[in-house]
Amino acid sequence: MTGLLQRLGHAALGYFRRLGRGNLFLLQTLASLPGMLLRPVLVIRQMWSVGVLTIVIIVVSGLFVGMVMGLQGYNTLVDFGAEESLGVLVALSLVRELGPVVAALLFAGRAGSALTAEIGLMKATEQLSGMEMMAVDPVQRVIAPRFLAAFLSMPLLAAIFSAVGVFGGYLVGVGLLGVDDGAFWSQMQDKVDFYDDVMNGVIKSIVFGFVVGWIALYEGYDTVPTAEGVSQATTRTVVHSALVVLGLDFVLTALMFGG
Amino acid sequence: MTQPVVQIRDLRFARGTRMIFDGIDLDIMPGTVTAIMGPSGTGKTTLLKLIGGQLQPLSGSVRVLGEDVPSLSRPALYRLRKRMGMLFQSGALLTDINVFENVAYPVREHTKLSGSLIRNLVLMKLEAVGLRGAAGLMPNELSGGMSRRVALARAIALDPTMVLYDEPFAGQDPISMGVLVKLISELNRALGMTSVVVSHDVREASSIADYVYLLSDGKVMDHGKPDALWGARSDWTQQFLNGHPDGPVAFHYPAPPFRDDLLGGAPRA
Repeated sequence: MTGLLQRLGHAALGYFRRLGRGNLFLLQTLASLPGMLLRPVLVIRQMWSVGVLTIVIIVVSGLFVGMVMGLQGYNTLVDFGAEESLGVLVALSLVRELGPVVAALLFAGRAGSALTAEIGLMKATEQLSGMEMMAVDPVQRVIAPRFLAAFLSMPLLAAIFSAVGVFGGYLVGVGLLGVDDGAFWSQMQDKVDFYDDVMNGVIKSIVFGFVVGWIALYEGYDTVPTAEGVSQATTRTVVHSALVVLGLDFVLTALMFGG
Repeated sequence: MTQPVVQIRDLRFARGTRMIFDGIDLDIMPGTVTAIMGPSGTGKTTLLKLIGGQLQPLSGSVRVLGEDVPSLSRPALYRLRKRMGMLFQSGALLTDINVFENVAYPVREHTKLSGSLIRNLVLMKLEAVGLRGAAGLMPNELSGGMSRRVALARAIALDPTMVLYDEPFAGQDPISMGVLVKLISELNRALGMTSVVVSHDVREASSIADYVYLLSDGKVMDHGKPDALWGARSDWTQQFLNGHPDGPVAFHYPAPPFRDDLLGGAPRA
């Protein structure tokens, strides 16, 4: 019994210690961001590997999700003779929920895991220590540009996901199932509000970009510098990011649409 | 009287409950090559990290180039580090840029020199380590010895006052080892630097060292000029320098009597 309590206490202490280190790491990263204004090239280079290289998976997934939405939505709406509202259904689902959330989950799987593995390996091969000994702050030089790139890329990727998704819904609804073209777009235009729907989705994706970037980079930076440590950190990035994105999605939805 | 470049007094450092250094004193004089030797796991690399301010001691003082390292603020520590170079055991080259850019890296980060000046400077450093022809190669195209020579060129890129070498000879073939021994010795003399070489390659390190510290069990076991140490009477020093398998450092890890272990008792985890 005492042993169990001891282990529990030890695990709790370790958890809070890690949480504390994570918060300090975030503060250090945020403090380094103004310096990025002087070196935009570093951020642009990272936006390529974090953002641009994620576009393919975002576009393909967005298209399929939109097409499925079109099919499922049509089958339900047609029972009520409301199939012309398909555009609204697809667009609202995507810009409010699926766009930010699914794009964030894909982003964590593609870019987040890559960031963790890259930073973790840099730590394991003493590249981060080497920078420190060259009087170069690795948080400023390595972490901050990647964090900013993740933060900026996420809303753009979510927007691409939603746009392609709507197109997917259009292909299935209008092209395949015969929903009226004009009704599809005009109802969407009428019912989807820029501030209440689109901007709230954008806010979600900004928050998700922030947390996924933070988790991915911290997991890499705090990894045990061994092959096993890097592999565990990469797994943790994907699992923690997914859980945090889904949890935060509920909180943000409750705050923005709840009342 | 000449002040030491590194002066360590009553240094204590622990990892968890394990004491790594239990009150060591050490002086490294300017212009010398000082070898710090000892068995694996004695904390030689840890000592370099304490000198470089990457770790904080439990107590004691670490003065480097006149500054008390543990009490320095981050900007002051970074200013001090610009005056030191460090050669990591793995080389620690940045793997996403080529050899030339690796050597240019600290110069680009800390100076506003023009591109052509940086180019000349980098080529000079690479020439000094014999790898000017490898400037365009990526780190994954280099052998272990070449990686360390590139890392050495990078470590001296800003003309530091002191260079710390972490196990520079470990895992090297005889030719690479000979090249590194020659480079460390010649660069130290030609550039007027102070060198601290952490190693357990006794012969190579002794051959270039002006002074040697032997560390074990958290203490300085012996120190002196290499010739004096080879003639030392201490059993421990003789065992370490001559590589005897048994002696004051026992062959067997502490364990209960062998007979008891074989004939009874529960199996140990």
